[in-house]
Amino acid sequence: MLHTIEQAVLRGPVGKTAGLAISKVSRRSFLQGSAAVFTIAAVASEARAFERYETGGNSMPHGLRYDPHIFVSIDADGTVTLVAHRSEMGQGSRTSVPMVLADEMGADWNRVTLVQAEGDEPKYGNQDTDGSRSLRHHVQSMRQMGASVRHMLASAAAKKWGVDPSTVQVGVHEVTSGTFRAGFGELAAAAMKEPVPAFEDLTFKSEDEFRYIGKGNIQIYDLHDITTGKAVYGADVMLPGMKVAAIARPPVLGAPPVRYDASATWEVAGVEHVLGLEVSIPPAKFAPLGGIAVIAGNTDAAIRGRDALEIEWGSSPHEEFDSAAHMAEMRATAAEPGNVLRTVGDPDGAFAGAAKTVEREYSQAFMVHATMEPPAAVANVANGKAEIWAPVQSPYGTRVDVANALHMDPADVTVNVTLLGGGFGRKSKCDFAIEAALLSQKIGAPVKVQWTREDDIRNGFNHTTSVERIAVALDAGNKVTGWRHNSVAPSILSTFAPDSGYQFFIESGMGHVDMPFEIPNISVENGKALAHARVGWFRSVSNIPRAWAVQSFASELAHELGRDELEVMLELIGSDRKIDIKAQNFPGDYWNYGEKDEVYPIDTGRLKNVLRLAAEKGGWGKSMPEGEGLGLAVHRSFVTYVAACVHVKVVDGLITVPEVNMAVDCGFVANPERVRSQMEGAAVQGMTIALHSGLTYENGAVLESNYHDYRMVRADNFPRVVKTHMVDHPFSVHASGAGEPGVPPIAPALGNALFHATGKRMRDLPFGDMV
Amino acid sequence: MANVRINGEDRALDGPDDTSLLWGIRDLAGLTGTKYGCGTGLCGACTVLVDGVSVRACQATLEEVAGKEVTTIEGLDADGNHPVQVAWRQANVPQCGFCQAGQIMQAASLLNETPNPTDEQILESMAGNICRCGCYERIVAAVRLAATGA
Repeated sequence: MLHTIEQAVLRGPVGKTAGLAISKVSRRSFLQGSAAVFTIAAVASEARAFERYETGGNSMPHGLRYDPHIFVSIDADGTVTLVAHRSEMGQGSRTSVPMVLADEMGADWNRVTLVQAEGDEPKYGNQDTDGSRSLRHHVQSMRQMGASVRHMLASAAAKKWGVDPSTVQVGVHEVTSGTFRAGFGELAAAAMKEPVPAFEDLTFKSEDEFRYIGKGNIQIYDLHDITTGKAVYGADVMLPGMKVAAIARPPVLGAPPVRYDASATWEVAGVEHVLGLEVSIPPAKFAPLGGIAVIAGNTDAAIRGRDALEIEWGSSPHEEFDSAAHMAEMRATAAEPGNVLRTVGDPDGAFAGAAKTVEREYSQAFMVHATMEPPAAVANVANGKAEIWAPVQSPYGTRVDVANALHMDPADVTVNVTLLGGGFGRKSKCDFAIEAALLSQKIGAPVKVQWTREDDIRNGFNHTTSVERIAVALDAGNKVTGWRHNSVAPSILSTFAPDSGYQFFIESGMGHVDMPFEIPNISVENGKALAHARVGWFRSVSNIPRAWAVQSFASELAHELGRDELEVMLELIGSDRKIDIKAQNFPGDYWNYGEKDEVYPIDTGRLKNVLRLAAEKGGWGKSMPEGEGLGLAVHRSFVTYVAACVHVKVVDGLITVPEVNMAVDCGFVANPERVRSQMEGAAVQGMTIALHSGLTYENGAVLESNYHDYRMVRADNFPRVVKTHMVDHPFSVHASGAGEPGVPPIAPALGNALFHATGKRMRDLPFGDMV
Repeated sequence: MANVRINGEDRALDGPDDTSLLWGIRDLAGLTGTKYGCGTGLCGACTVLVDGVSVRACQATLEEVAGKEVTTIEGLDADGNHPVQVAWRQANVPQCGFCQAGQIMQAASLLNETPNPTDEQILESMAGNICRCGCYERIVAAVRLAATGA
């Protein structure tokens, strides 16, 4: 997300449709079998290569790495140490990515130790853990490095034993040839000095030889530590002499403290410093919001001292911001034509000549991430160096931003990545690490910054609010001849560059311009909405309001026509095809999540397939008792296809969800167990979004403050059974990801089910848990 | 100095008597398995046992637990093999894991008081513990597994 935003900022005004300035990486030719140069039978079967394909990983900052020396070391006792270079926030990448390497090299997972990489992209390649990219971008490089080590072990063994390399077999954590046998540890020193084979010289395991990949039989690496309290998250880092800071941040963006009284603060035992931090106002990227920091010997004293401050805040250009009035403005804007981002055919003609039109409007309030672990980071700035410990999704981005804030060289900054107690995009923004670094620099001691839950709810980076207005033109036979979708929402870009009020290609590429329906006349539009809150990205990003609108609308249209929703949804998607983005006049800056269209096309056959699968598994079409209903929705996001069939049952007015059937097609699946857990979690988070997630701004400040008024789905009312149905694919069907794409279809499927249960149509998120 | 018994050990913690039990456990006793999630008793991330019963550590002070037995996730079982911990691993409950110590302590408290809870009792007992990753289905399954062995 971040690097593409920076490209967008550099490119200047939004709305231009110039091509993306992403360097082209040459596509390697197909590989048939193995080149004969290196004929080690490194696995039991005959040699094969997998067919390499290009992903956006090559275009990410610092790209990908293929040298196993960076990621693999083997001790003499056979312990294999692998580097986990992606941040772990619950999605499982810390386990699943190295697991791919381990399986391909033949390592026994029980003898694998993981070390978490510090933020060092020049060394490890891209580490920005975001965009459901970890497996999508790294599954091939991990396989290649694993195969390389397997070959290097075999080559070292052949030399040691003086045997023909073709007789050497690499099994599980051991190498054999005839009666010769050696463990990985015994061969390690020599093997790691062997030249790293070229891709063309490698053999790869066939899919039936995988022991872990695709099996779901490996538990997450930190499972024991998590269940025994040993796992280390941001706030768990303790340094000798460390102080703890709590910060009073401006309640209104950019409002400076004009005067403050800290006398009550100084009465709190343990308070050691009260310091001002420079106030920022967007666009300021991840600059801390500023305010007054209270630094104490422990967290309790820091928070009490902070809460005892009496601060008079000055004025801000955002001090009159009112989210209800803003929503009304966005609705008015959405009713007018917006900037046209994509046109197919003659939409004005289609609407002018329509026998009937159907038009609806959907909305979403601002949301905040509310990760269970509120932001926290530790910094030690001393002797011209800075060392950070933080739960960050982009450790190298953090390193650069901290260096800039401290006016230091990134070479003098180290960023250690702890586990993340939830991320959801919040921890892509390293403001909290910068705060810790600035305060440590000021007081000359290690500092931990601890955000309270109130800070997190009120001072975050909001998922944007939006109004989505959709209209269709119907001919006399009730066939859809025209589609108009105007999206009005403050842009993430406003956090990075002066606010134009218009969305940019990342946002419009999330279920807006890439609308896959087969309709002859289309107009995709974007109306202006200025941001008065700090906007950032939240898991699934703009796909949430777009799937909410488009899939709710499809259901409404079916109802309007008196037809079956599944049929109408399938008909809207149309024929099985890979969408021709040129013929369909996609904008020149259509980004496809950073992937080439020919590698990850919009495949309507796969989209329809998951919809049919979810419908079938959910029992679509069966008669439901009064007060119960099924709802469907399907959405492609992050180049993954997910459909949901949600069963709603209203009990004494309370909306409950007895079952969700989710069908997911994310190409080849490396770790089905974690795909399943992501879908289960997406169903819960989707239900929270549908029912509860909304921030209210009055006089520029957020009214909600904690989990009592910013509610979460809890164990007393959650999707009770979530069944995940994965479409099975070989490795040749390019792996995508599962972290985000489960979320978007949940709210609309829930809303559609609620309509069938009650006859009430929900159009505004969140809609509460009672009907 | 506040004298507190944590995980079977008498500890003299260097803070005032009215220090929050949560921060006393984390910052003064150095036991970081107990998490801060909300500070207002709304999320359950800081759940510990006081004389075997679940308490939100952020809602208690050190003086309130004087003379009582405080158990944190680190002290639930010497080897980390309390039936709830074992069940949590068997059911592959955690995603990010941050709330799980609190969830486990809450489940342990439930099973202390109600060894064979009904589903409704499980749901009610666990409803004070938020999991933002959304592991509830597995949490409920793991509590059932810990109670029944199946």
